[in-house]
Amino acid sequence: MSAGAFPKGAQLEAQINRRRRQGVYLRLSFLGSLMLAILALLTLLANIINSAFGLVALENAVSPAALVEEIGLDPAGSALSDLSKDDLLLVLEGNINNNVGRRLEREQRFYSDSLVFETQTKWDEICAREVDRPAGCSGDVRGRDDVYALVVEQIVQPKALETWSLIDSVLHRSEIEAAAAVSYPDADLVFRSWLSMDFVTSPQSPKAEVAGVRTAVLGSLWIVLVTIVFSFPVGVAAAVYLEEYARDTRLNRLIQTNINNLAGVPSIIYGMLGLAIFVRVLETFTSGAFLGAVDGGVTANGRTVVSAGLTLGLLILPIIIINAQEAIRAVPQSLRSAGMALGATQWQTIRAHVLPNAVPGILTGAILAVARALGETAPLVVVGASTFITTDPSGPFAKFTALPIQIFQWTSRPQDEFRNIAAAAIIVLLIMLLALNATAIVLRNRYARRV
Amino acid sequence: MNPSAAATVEAIDLTRKPRPLEVLVQGSMFLAGMISILTTIGIVFVLGREALLFFQTDEVTLGEFFGSTTWEPQILEFGIWPLVRSTMMVSLIAVLVAVPLGLATAIYLSEYASERARGILKPILEVLAGIPTVVYGYFALTFMTPMLRSIFGVSIVEIFNVASAGIVVGILIIPLVSSMSEDALHAVPLSLREAAYGLGATKLEVSLRIVLPAALSGVTAAFVVSVSRAIGETMVVAIAAGASPRNWNLGKDGVLTTILNPFISGETMTGHIVRISGGDLSYNSIDYNSVFAIGLMLFLMTLGLNLLSRRFVARFREVYE
Amino acid sequence: MSDKQAFVRTTVSASASPDEQTLTSAVETRSLNVFYGSFRAVKDVDLTVYDNEITALIGSSGCGKSTLLRSFNRMNDLVAGARVDGEVLYHDRNIYDSDVDPVEVRRRIGMVFQKPNPFPKSIYDNVAWGAKVNGYRGNVDALVEEALGQAALWDEVKDKLDQSGYSLSGGQQQRLCIARTIAVKPEIILMDEPTSALDPVATLRIEELIQELKTKYTIVIVTHNMQQAARASDFTAFLNMDEDRAGRVVEFGKTGDIFTRPEHEETENYITGRFG
Repeated sequence: MSAGAFPKGAQLEAQINRRRRQGVYLRLSFLGSLMLAILALLTLLANIINSAFGLVALENAVSPAALVEEIGLDPAGSALSDLSKDDLLLVLEGNINNNVGRRLEREQRFYSDSLVFETQTKWDEICAREVDRPAGCSGDVRGRDDVYALVVEQIVQPKALETWSLIDSVLHRSEIEAAAAVSYPDADLVFRSWLSMDFVTSPQSPKAEVAGVRTAVLGSLWIVLVTIVFSFPVGVAAAVYLEEYARDTRLNRLIQTNINNLAGVPSIIYGMLGLAIFVRVLETFTSGAFLGAVDGGVTANGRTVVSAGLTLGLLILPIIIINAQEAIRAVPQSLRSAGMALGATQWQTIRAHVLPNAVPGILTGAILAVARALGETAPLVVVGASTFITTDPSGPFAKFTALPIQIFQWTSRPQDEFRNIAAAAIIVLLIMLLALNATAIVLRNRYARRV
Repeated sequence: MNPSAAATVEAIDLTRKPRPLEVLVQGSMFLAGMISILTTIGIVFVLGREALLFFQTDEVTLGEFFGSTTWEPQILEFGIWPLVRSTMMVSLIAVLVAVPLGLATAIYLSEYASERARGILKPILEVLAGIPTVVYGYFALTFMTPMLRSIFGVSIVEIFNVASAGIVVGILIIPLVSSMSEDALHAVPLSLREAAYGLGATKLEVSLRIVLPAALSGVTAAFVVSVSRAIGETMVVAIAAGASPRNWNLGKDGVLTTILNPFISGETMTGHIVRISGGDLSYNSIDYNSVFAIGLMLFLMTLGLNLLSRRFVARFREVYE
Repeated sequence: MSDKQAFVRTTVSASASPDEQTLTSAVETRSLNVFYGSFRAVKDVDLTVYDNEITALIGSSGCGKSTLLRSFNRMNDLVAGARVDGEVLYHDRNIYDSDVDPVEVRRRIGMVFQKPNPFPKSIYDNVAWGAKVNGYRGNVDALVEEALGQAALWDEVKDKLDQSGYSLSGGQQQRLCIARTIAVKPEIILMDEPTSALDPVATLRIEELIQELKTKYTIVIVTHNMQQAARASDFTAFLNMDEDRAGRVVEFGKTGDIFTRPEHEETENYITGRFG
């Protein structure tokens, strides 16, 4: 035995206390790190909310009340926002010049059975063209909300002269009011929620005050639809193959390793793959040309919803496969044995016993993957999201924009009011993601209860 | 003779019957699995082909690409280093933020937190992981940058800067680091902890000196993956780091004032790809091809890091599973 | 190898009384070896299972009883890395011939597992599914009733056929699994320690049931419970591990003979509980 000695008495106590203190400090710093991460999350959310609501100094080119009065209605009784489609069109006819009107009508008609700005003969002539046939010839009709948005955008032309954040608006309201009265004597200082029903239902616009996310939301939904239709069946099939059929061969190991590696490839690389393959090589298919479905001016080459959806499909395919594999692996082996021992074929057993029991897990994984697709931006930029479209996507072969793209574009604009609508758009996106995640959680809980 | 013995005499047919449905199902599922292989081949082929076209032009050589510190397509200067510099800066800052915070979080969750606290805290981290990167970009530009500017001074911190992007990318990958590290810490057998406690070690000593070293290869894997993720991250840098390559000149420009200065702008590899391909890019132009050359480099870098991290994970699993 | 074959035959004929001369073989293995990867789990087995008799496979755990049992209906095919050498003759065909369809084999040679494993479906569907996938044409309701009746479960479940199979007790679940197997009208039923997860009362009911089933089916049962083997079987094969941990059949004969006058010391040691 060596001659050394351990501390005793007061010395020991001091040593132990020192070690305890160290423990407490570091424990606090571990907790602190975690809290910092959570703080970052809260700050991020607070920052968005802070921008999405607040005071605005608004100046209208024409007051809404004056427009209501103009068509012979009482502005006290009916607000502009409550007018019918016919009344709104009266306002529109009375206040914009014919050229603008015709342009709008060629984008999309106002009525299915009559024309407002164009003459019938001219309309028939331009719609008979082989090239440059306007989108309006397809027969889609603008809805009431759309006409209202046009009235606001073209005639009322509200302009945000300055915007304030939510925190400033609440804490320094009086200072802001005083400053605004001096700087913008003609403007109304109003508290505005940039996130509103109008914001959700209005199409894209170059003016932040009237812009909305309808085009982008519909674009996102179309893209995600294509993504699901492609990646869900393929992903589940691949997972079934790997878990149920694949023997331990070199090829099958390669497939598995490859899937794991694909899950780590940066999303922008998928965008480049999509650009080169779907947009360029497969242009005939992704542009819809092979169906003869190209409606003059509606699509532009292969930069369509299909290309975007397939690109995101490839992107989330590894995630769907890996999640589905886990779900399939969790199905007890005894069910497979029982099925096979009854003289069922392998596919009969898989279909009747393995898949039904793996479905909740597969769906949960797939929903989370779709949530990932819904928030992806970079690949869509590369595949070629349109920088500015105001018409709703009409189908898989339409040009597209998407909600994250819209957020990206608005964030990149220097003007404050675009920051505000970017924040509002982020809230819309987060709500969509929240809905998806909630669905996944409900599924997971239901599954957990059953097992 | 009993009845079933009689049945035995009657010949039965055990011969394999054609089952077209089985063959069809298995075949199509195999094809679904092959799509992943095709994807990889597609990526390698597409990036490789366009990059090859890029290097075959007279305007650029491999030597210039890897040797020059000027990226200015307008005057046909294609040196990758300005873009690599920004990418490296952003990744470095991101890792400096994410690894300590993520690891500390993992230690707390794995060693200290009660089951109930874990149940509350882990989903919060998952929320952090589920927020789209474009939202983080918004956060970087509208919160982190103004904050840095108010701390360090408007004259020092540019509106677009790699520090802000790097910090936010770091926040974005905290959940990745923490969940991978936690898995690694969790896999360390309880017996090892008990042995250390048995020798009179405190909880901290057990966590830091026993569990953490035992989980080291798993934690290293998390570190490597986080670098790969930071390099490939796109939207945050596209929004907040700057929209033009920061050319530099070793020898002329100060190392600290320019080359390693985190407060000045600088376009990263991913940021450049997004900006160039987001515009009206004509196919078969040198710009188009150059973007793919950058993409190829990006792909190889991240693939290399991911493979490296898998090796660490594999080594870790070998020991404890 | 051929010695062993001879040994098996002699054991039977030596003790055979006149009426047992009519024994016909249902399944016969010839120098059967089963491998998991490079590990040999079952070694040089020559064994005959007789029609309408209950054959018990006994032996200590890990000696390859279950593996041997699973090779009778090619369930080992489902285990990755499993490989079979030698022959398993059924209706004069080696079921491991390349042109034999394992699905056909399993339809005729059913299996009941160690732990009750009903499908997470209704009781009715549990019984009807096997018949449906095998293209049964006829009155499925009647078939379900018949199968449940044979499994001595009908009276207990006839009023709740649409309830989940999991709503039953462990013993009932196992009888449901037997009913499910019966419903596809197999010739042979393989049972892999069917009562090991059950309480004594449920075990007794299953044992009684096995006796009743004997009149219609050939039964092979793996058990590590020697009383069960002694009580419930007509023939017994004792398996033991070699030094290389491969299982082989040490002794096969009429159950009475095996338990009262085993020829091998190993058998005697096992039966009297001196090892294992």
